[in-house]
Amino acid sequence: MTAIVNKNELKQLAAEPAAQAVYKVIGTRPIRHDGVDKVTGRARYGADVQLTGLLFGATVRSPHTHARIVSIDTSQALALPGVRAVITRDDLIDPKHRVEELGEGAVDIAHLSRNVLAREKALYRGHVVAAIAADDVHIAEEAARLIRVEYEPLPPVLWVLDAMRDDSPILLPDLRTQSIAGQKGDRPTNIARHFRYEKGDVAEGFKQAKVVIERTFDTATVHQGYIEPHNATALWNADGHVTVWTSTQGAFAARDQLGGLLNLPISQIKVVPMEIGGGFGGKIAVYLEPLAAVLSKKSGRPVKLVMDRASVFEATGPTPASHIRVKIGADAEGRITAAEAWLAYEAGAFPGSPINPGCMCVFACYDVPNGRVDGYDVVVNKPRTNAYRAPGATNAAMATETVIDEICEELHLDPLEFRAKNAAREGTRRIDGPVYSRIGMAETVEAIRNSDHWQTKLEGPCRGRGVASGFWFNAGLQSSATATVSADGRVALVEGSTDIGGSRTGIAMQLAETLGIPAEDVTPTVGDTDGIGYTDVTGGSRVTYATGWAAHEAGQDIKRQLIQRAALLWDVDPSDVTYEAGCLHGPGDKRITFRELAAKLAKTGGPVIGRGTSTHNKPGGAFATHVVDVEVDPETAKVTILRYTAAQDVGTAIHPSYVEGQVQGGVVQGIGWALNEEYVYDAEGRMRNASFLDYRMPTCYDVPMIEPLLVEVPNPDHPFGVRGVGEVPIVPPPAAIANAIHQAIGVRMRQLPMSPPRVLHEILARAT
Amino acid sequence: MARKRIVSAILNGTEQEFLCAPRQTLLEVLRDVLSLTGTKEGCSNGNCGACTVLLDGRPVDSCLVLAVETEGCRVDTIEGLAIPDQLHPLQQAFLENAALQCGICTPGFLMSAKALLDGNDDPSEEEIRFALAGNLCRCTGYDKIVRAVQSAAAPTSADARQGASE
Amino acid sequence: MRDFDYEAPRSLADAVGLLSRLNGRARPLAGGTDLIDHVRTGRLTPDVLVDVKKIAELNRLEFSPAGLLLGAAVPCYRIYGDSRIATRYEALAESCRIIGGIQIQNRASVGGNLCNSGPAGDSIPSLIALEAFCLIAGAQGTREVPAHEFCIGPGKNVLQPGELLVELKFPPRPSHSGSHYRRFIPRNEMDIAVVGVAASVTLDPKSDGIVAARIALGAVGPTPLLAVDAGRLLVGRPPDAAAIDAAAKAARAIARPIDDMRGTVEFRLHVTEVLVRRVLTEAIERARRARLD
Repeated sequence: MTAIVNKNELKQLAAEPAAQAVYKVIGTRPIRHDGVDKVTGRARYGADVQLTGLLFGATVRSPHTHARIVSIDTSQALALPGVRAVITRDDLIDPKHRVEELGEGAVDIAHLSRNVLAREKALYRGHVVAAIAADDVHIAEEAARLIRVEYEPLPPVLWVLDAMRDDSPILLPDLRTQSIAGQKGDRPTNIARHFRYEKGDVAEGFKQAKVVIERTFDTATVHQGYIEPHNATALWNADGHVTVWTSTQGAFAARDQLGGLLNLPISQIKVVPMEIGGGFGGKIAVYLEPLAAVLSKKSGRPVKLVMDRASVFEATGPTPASHIRVKIGADAEGRITAAEAWLAYEAGAFPGSPINPGCMCVFACYDVPNGRVDGYDVVVNKPRTNAYRAPGATNAAMATETVIDEICEELHLDPLEFRAKNAAREGTRRIDGPVYSRIGMAETVEAIRNSDHWQTKLEGPCRGRGVASGFWFNAGLQSSATATVSADGRVALVEGSTDIGGSRTGIAMQLAETLGIPAEDVTPTVGDTDGIGYTDVTGGSRVTYATGWAAHEAGQDIKRQLIQRAALLWDVDPSDVTYEAGCLHGPGDKRITFRELAAKLAKTGGPVIGRGTSTHNKPGGAFATHVVDVEVDPETAKVTILRYTAAQDVGTAIHPSYVEGQVQGGVVQGIGWALNEEYVYDAEGRMRNASFLDYRMPTCYDVPMIEPLLVEVPNPDHPFGVRGVGEVPIVPPPAAIANAIHQAIGVRMRQLPMSPPRVLHEILARAT
Repeated sequence: MARKRIVSAILNGTEQEFLCAPRQTLLEVLRDVLSLTGTKEGCSNGNCGACTVLLDGRPVDSCLVLAVETEGCRVDTIEGLAIPDQLHPLQQAFLENAALQCGICTPGFLMSAKALLDGNDDPSEEEIRFALAGNLCRCTGYDKIVRAVQSAAAPTSADARQGASE
Repeated sequence: MRDFDYEAPRSLADAVGLLSRLNGRARPLAGGTDLIDHVRTGRLTPDVLVDVKKIAELNRLEFSPAGLLLGAAVPCYRIYGDSRIATRYEALAESCRIIGGIQIQNRASVGGNLCNSGPAGDSIPSLIALEAFCLIAGAQGTREVPAHEFCIGPGKNVLQPGELLVELKFPPRPSHSGSHYRRFIPRNEMDIAVVGVAASVTLDPKSDGIVAARIALGAVGPTPLLAVDAGRLLVGRPPDAAAIDAAAKAARAIARPIDDMRGTVEFRLHVTEVLVRRVLTEAIERARRARLD
């Protein structure tokens, strides 16, 4: 079969001659190593685990949004034939408050314990109250219906601004506000934390402005929408060792949480990361893992739990609804003089919303001389929120980027010109402190300006074009990799990052580049927690950057060892041996290829295993600028996406197809967030649309091709110039689409989603 | 408890008997009774297409079919798509076009795409998008999936497809 | 899923016997795309599912001088795949083409859609506009109910315990007629109608005036609605913008929508009027083409 070169590929290849010249493997598009398993159905995901004597589980979940749990009667369930174990709050230890860092977010173990199994109160509908293990899933479900729970319903609070009021119902009686200075408040509250960042003199900055625009925005709760439901299989062995098979973004993060929840030394827990069917930030916290483990302990058998889709929506970790106020001032030339933001994010039932990154990202694309940002983390009777692709940044960008559009309209400025003029650059200090190294914000604006899309005039009634930019970090944290040289010249790579989107290939390619061998000669495997060194979560756009770096280090280690072996073979001093492009060179014309030397390892000292770790914490941030064309039906307010182009500084595209895929996937998630996705609650706090049917994620019939423009401004702080690419693509779409809707029909949308009823309401309000 | 039934169906081209209770869906029987875990569960109410299989040649959500209903039917799953020494052209095209990220939706997409191409060897982009609208993917944004189906449908691979099915 | 038994009778008499013997503890199973989900979630708790797909009468798709006979279990794909239905009963074919995705259309039946009796069921406005009759069999014999009287509330219909919907009878289409179904959904597929509108129009071959018109609305009341006045006021008028507009306003006037996760009252009322205009325009256009052919 001939290789297929699509339009994106041609464009991308033409744009990267430099990368082509420097690298042999990086920048090419090999078939992913796990590909055949995934197109034949052989890849094993969490729910595919089958074990001897396996029991199946079910959960009992609160039908109330906020209720005290008076009593739980499990006797009828236990009497049902085939039921092997039932657990309730009495079966889980009650851990002390202790914060566990999870890489992308952190969690208080006492809160986490109450989240996986309700203790004093059910804090949201779908909160787990009990769990059952039985011979099959149908018996377990029947047993779940036999458990009698007595609740005392309490008034719920379902919106961040309501929860902040003094007379609001209180969720967590011992919660006190942590103030800017770090002190704790002295009275019960739903406000867990107040953040503030300041730079320059804000009042003076606004005085210098010719135009000042201040607007408020509301955004709804949205879900990551991964297709694979949460799952966990656990075996608590008689020797006290616990093995957990699960679809997780971080096997080590899961292990650490389990250690805290079960009060076990982490060395007694092995987490085996199965293939994972999407996560986007939502599969970092544990839900079913501790329940499966305790059910296994009680039953003496392995137990598998798989969540149903309604519970995935109602009771995992969506990303917060928010209320945001943004005020920006600009002078007559369109230079930002001051900016101010006030953000309140819903944390759900327990503290820990992504408010802090929201505060850091809200003005991160721009050089803001004077700024102040206030952020509040607020608990409400909704599921505990979690990371979702650039957590906190999309909400914030919706506000900033549409206010900028209004400023451009007032000043009659081209929105790209404005962004180019104010773009953050090397040396710009963000309001929250950090100073940027070499970044590519301005280059993304330039890429859009030069794009065929921008250069092509948009024609037709009720059509509009919008642009928006966005920023997201790139975490470093810890990663590990080991690489073993086989006698046939291939290399087995074990790395610790669970692979959500093809990252094991991107990591293997960096090792191959280091060793000067083809990507296909590296066989990558994701290790379990006993099989590889500590590796932080697959999140924070860090995997290709950090675990790729660890693989590079493992390659360097192999090179050092091979130089020793060649020196031994040739009887020369190691300092006279060099390694270049997969070949070792010694004095005279001595030369041996990697493959040839690999065959001689047994006789030159035995196996060669390279080790690499990465703890670099000076990663490069990622910027994106998007342009979108929409058409709005003026009578039904339905928005159709006509064309979409996304420019992003990707540092170095290791595997361009999968970088494009990250951009395209993130954009379509952003389109869903912009247009239809939201948690719809009734007054009692019941989610009315907890299904894929009514949650309305885009299908392929809803979106056009998404054109990615990969701008490569190599990260100076990475051996191959890698930047995180996975998250920023979701940040600009809602704002870009809002700006396009305004151009199309003249209404300014300040709510997400911009669903037909909301847009029509604005159209009708304007008409009257 | 309702009595279990012996059901006989032609599974991936081979006649197969299995035992199931009336309440077991085809999805459950494929995965838990027959160990064919390539068919995935995404929602269990027919809204995501991850469990798509072909029933008498037509794509259906196996979560909404009772296994007892398949008596005498042809059932084709992802495990039967490739022939022993060769991937189906769609599988090859998905690999070459990077049309998968996490891969959980991939078996369902492949089965829907196979049904489309079986009936239309030169579908337009519009027809492809319509035919695949019952399958959700959250990772790719669909771009590369649509391109993969287009490339598998291209005349050069139409020949290969015929070769593979003979 | 709760436990239930399964029967697959091969004759109508057996099916009716079984259903009446079980007196409401059994549910007929056709495509199952709603029923299996309802059983899974516990919304329905039948003891027995009676698979009706093996019964000849429920699988009929026949044309005769009396019109179209459509078995209640005929799946959507057979309906939109039939070129005679696509040209003569356009609205019916269009409804079937947009129920769920292709996987659903390969199982779901119009009979099932009607018996599920959802206010937003996509096929029901088309059945009403095309004047379908529902043939119902029970232990006491058979009876016929016009489609617009079949549903009596959300999820409720005129079927008595033990009764079975056998087939739908559509009268022959008058010459110079056109029909159309269109719905509003936020996505482009895989969605439930926020508003659905079906219309059928017959034109006078000489004058081009409207001789008959039926308009039916979905998702704007507890059941799909026949907009009697909206259809009646068109009769005798030329099919122009003023007539269409008047009908659209009259249709809007009978809509009694609710606010829910799929749309607001404001939105549904406004879009009812918009869709009636669009659907009538298309149905008239089709009738005109039929007149010229």
